[in-house]
Amino acid sequence: MEMANIIAQLPYSEPFLFVGSLESVDEEGVEGSFTFREDHPFYRGHFKGRPVTPGVLLTECCAQVGLACLGIYLTAGQEEKGALFVLSSSEMEFYVPVYPGEKVRVRSNLHYFRFGKLKCGVRMYNAKDQLVCKGVLAGMQLKKGNG
Amino acid sequence: MNEDACYTQLKALVGPYLPEDVSVDAIRPESHFVKELNINSANLVDIVLDVEDEFDIVLENEEMEAMQTVRDAMELIRRKRAAR
Repeated sequence: MEMANIIAQLPYSEPFLFVGSLESVDEEGVEGSFTFREDHPFYRGHFKGRPVTPGVLLTECCAQVGLACLGIYLTAGQEEKGALFVLSSSEMEFYVPVYPGEKVRVRSNLHYFRFGKLKCGVRMYNAKDQLVCKGVLAGMQLKKGNG
Repeated sequence: MNEDACYTQLKALVGPYLPEDVSVDAIRPESHFVKELNINSANLVDIVLDVEDEFDIVLENEEMEAMQTVRDAMELIRRKRAAR
């Protein structure tokens, strides 16, 4: 599957799309990047007068690249089009802040995808290749009729 | 493996996935994993993966979906082990 096609199938849009491009995707994992635009409105409130990208949005970025994009790729052969995954657990650790305008890269490695549960290890790096955050994320594939 | 041993092993395996408000003592053979033991679907998958490792069996999607109670799981384990 084309990588641009995966992004087109994501169930997110502005202002909650946190995937800019995909660099690689295969059965083992995915790598993608995103630039946090300076004019995103959440910077006005996080924090007041000291804009820093919220950890929950770094986690969301990791989940959209690492879980959602990988999930679309892994379920491409299935009948149900547009696989939808919802976050079921996240365990993240944060190391360096991401400021407005920074570009980040997310690398996700598949732990397993069985019985509709997709679990992966994720790492986010900044433009200087410093580790921003890492953790383990899991999501459940929503089936028609129960979500 | 007899039924009691299987039940004991299964209970020990489910224990860590129980939410804080459900005790291991609440587990009965007829307990429904999701409705009575309050285990979410994501943790239920982990229980199934642990069952596979512990009892050395491989389960199909349909078998996992049919495994709703502790007794369902015991019956499934018995059947899969017999078929090996």
